[in-house]
Amino acid sequence: MSSATSKKSSGMTMATRRRLDTALRLLVALIFIAYALFPVVFVIGTSLNPSGSLQMAQIIPRNPTLDNYRSLLTSQTNPFLRWMANSLLVSTVTAILTVALCALAAYSFSRFRFKSRKRLLQGLLLSQVFPNILAIVAVFLMLQQIGRYFPMFGLNTLGGLILVYLGGAIGFNTWLMKGFFDTVPRDLDESAMLDGASPWQTFTTIILPLVRPVLAVIFMLSFIGTYSDYLMARVLLSSNQQYTVAVGLSLFIGQQFGQRWGEFAAGAVLAAIPTMILFYISQSQLQGGLTSGAVKG
Amino acid sequence: MAVPTAEGTGGRKASRFSQDGSVLGLLVKVLGLSAIVGLLTYTGWRLLGDGAYAFAAAFFITALFFTLVFVRKSTVPLRWIMPGLVFLILFQLYPIFFTVYTAFTNYSTGRNVEKPAAIAAIERLTYVPEGSPAWGWTPLQADDGSAAVWIIDPADGAAYLAVPDEDLVPAAEVNGLQLDANGAPASMDGFTVLPNNQRFLFVSANQGVTFGDEERGVQVTSSTEARQTRQRYVYDPELDAMIDQRDGTIFVSQMGIFTAEDGSTLAPGYPVWVGVENFTSIITNPAIRGPFFTIFIWTFIWAFFSVLETFILGLLLALNMNSPNIPFQRILRVLLIVPYAIPAFITVKVWVGLLNPVLGVIGSAWNPGWFTDPFWAKIGILMVNLWLGYPYMFLIITGALQSIPGDIYEAARVDGAGPFYQFRRLTLPLLMVSIGPLLIGSFAFNFNNFAIIDLYNSGGPPIPGSATPAGYTDILISYTYRIAFGGARGNDYGLAAAISIIIFAIVATVTILNFRFTGQLEEVSENV
Repeated sequence: MSSATSKKSSGMTMATRRRLDTALRLLVALIFIAYALFPVVFVIGTSLNPSGSLQMAQIIPRNPTLDNYRSLLTSQTNPFLRWMANSLLVSTVTAILTVALCALAAYSFSRFRFKSRKRLLQGLLLSQVFPNILAIVAVFLMLQQIGRYFPMFGLNTLGGLILVYLGGAIGFNTWLMKGFFDTVPRDLDESAMLDGASPWQTFTTIILPLVRPVLAVIFMLSFIGTYSDYLMARVLLSSNQQYTVAVGLSLFIGQQFGQRWGEFAAGAVLAAIPTMILFYISQSQLQGGLTSGAVKG
Repeated sequence: MAVPTAEGTGGRKASRFSQDGSVLGLLVKVLGLSAIVGLLTYTGWRLLGDGAYAFAAAFFITALFFTLVFVRKSTVPLRWIMPGLVFLILFQLYPIFFTVYTAFTNYSTGRNVEKPAAIAAIERLTYVPEGSPAWGWTPLQADDGSAAVWIIDPADGAAYLAVPDEDLVPAAEVNGLQLDANGAPASMDGFTVLPNNQRFLFVSANQGVTFGDEERGVQVTSSTEARQTRQRYVYDPELDAMIDQRDGTIFVSQMGIFTAEDGSTLAPGYPVWVGVENFTSIITNPAIRGPFFTIFIWTFIWAFFSVLETFILGLLLALNMNSPNIPFQRILRVLLIVPYAIPAFITVKVWVGLLNPVLGVIGSAWNPGWFTDPFWAKIGILMVNLWLGYPYMFLIITGALQSIPGDIYEAARVDGAGPFYQFRRLTLPLLMVSIGPLLIGSFAFNFNNFAIIDLYNSGGPPIPGSATPAGYTDILISYTYRIAFGGARGNDYGLAAAISIIIFAIVATVTILNFRFTGQLEEVSENV
């Protein structure tokens, strides 16, 4: 190494070269961190700024107030809290059901050997090739139809939205989970079976506690995915009271662009909190969980 | 762990586990199964009644499948999969089928129920024949707030309770009926008799409402009179037409809408099979063709440049951070991926604000037309997507770089290769092996990245002169959305579904390439 560098360096020692290199890298990193954080800082600043302006001079407001938050949360026409509640409800229910349904299926695929197993597994993967956003027209018309018999699950209902999210979530997540289940040694459940446990008991008392980190990962992925979804919610929901925060907030700023900046910024900060928290929690778990499952597909 | 133990610990073979198969367990299973199958069958039955045969079939097949799986012993493993599979079949697989079907029909505004449902809806319409005798009536209000009337037949003086869409109930069968001195009702179970000063209000609130069913019902025509109505249209299966009972006008079904000779139509209509018309209209109809090809080409440019720009910045940052000497590595990396942690529906709108020509810090300083000029709108949206997308690339490239063994660089240096040569001949090719498929995945994702397009400028600025609402930054998926749901001229679900299928063909081709790269499918067939 020293021979390669000393040939080129004219008077510069290796240590200074390295220090210069590191300094340069640090500079580049800081520039792009500024780029990454710039809009975020701006929104936080705007949300605290009484004039709700987006000008540079106001990035750190001189006299910060919580007025924007107050008027957002008390607004009669735009029920922000309702949107948040809708989003949290839909995301939680979808994530819990996804984890439950996929865990059941993954257990079977991982532990039982049966005739159509391979074909079903391939089918699950292939079903994901046609993303259900391409079927939005069909999904819309289907919910319109279902809503005539079950108003709870029709168009413009959170129930209908959850059904659609579940349909899209099963295939991929079952695959992901099966990979993790395969990493749990079979000896464990075989010995439980010898002790007279039924498959259901083996599943609940042996497997589930062992794969808990994975269940948490799928829960968080599913939650974040559902919470951030814009398309399905935009197509299927049509009233102010039913909107998720993704739809409500973006339509809200679309209406009266100028006057609403402060309130929008306040809403943006609040709406980002759930995913930021999950993202923070999942940082380590995500990496650990995903790699441990990838060992054996 | 507390595990239920069998009674009688004296037994040698006392199991750690209680056996299921108890009567209670069986009962729960049977009840659960019948509830689910019952629900599926009921929905299927209702759909059948409305003429949505394929959708009904999906429910019946699922119900049958469910029953078989839970009744037969040999399908025990499938019992675990079935609950999830129901959702997959009904809300993932059936929509695919339905999209394909819709693409070959003229499903649209005004043609949005199946034929039997359309006929039933039209047959519910009634009219008041001329010279029909005047009935006496009294306004009533049901406990749920809906309207009803008490009517007296002028021919024989018989009195009835009449509720919309139900058979007339003769006075003798009405529970708790109390008549006043004039023979008018004073009270009855489930209904309140409204005072006479409410009559005018009642008439105006219930115009056109038939109390009773279409065969025998009345409409209130004035504050004192009600007249018997008749079913207005009768379906004639031989002519495939609705016949107006009032004047004999024949409304013949034309492309799913019952139309009279003078051009007047009846609503609702129903979708009919039109073959490949939706597909050919993309090519033959200039008002559709123009925007379609503009959008088609932009979709490719958009997806390609989105991948390229995010890849380049991600690579640059990953290479930059790939040095052990940098202090605070961990925190710097986390800060670099902040855009990844905030949902796009928030950050896109924030960028829209920053670019706003009046209020935004960027837009007020430099505004070449971020939302109004076709070219600069495209540049703007690509800029926003760079910010949104580079953290993902940064993450995966960092991972890939760390998996490249360090000793090959050592060897290259010994051979006298400079840093640029090393990058071009070692790093990049090795990177592409692991990153290549993900780039294709990213291409497919951006190809259908509806959220950013719609949030940035709703596809605008608009393309002038297009038959369907379309804008210069629209990509195929957002164009599909606008055709299906955003049309001021009505929603053309058939055309939208046809474009969905074209998108699918493109994305499927890309995905097949992806599978080729990763060998994912082969892995499935060999390694499961």
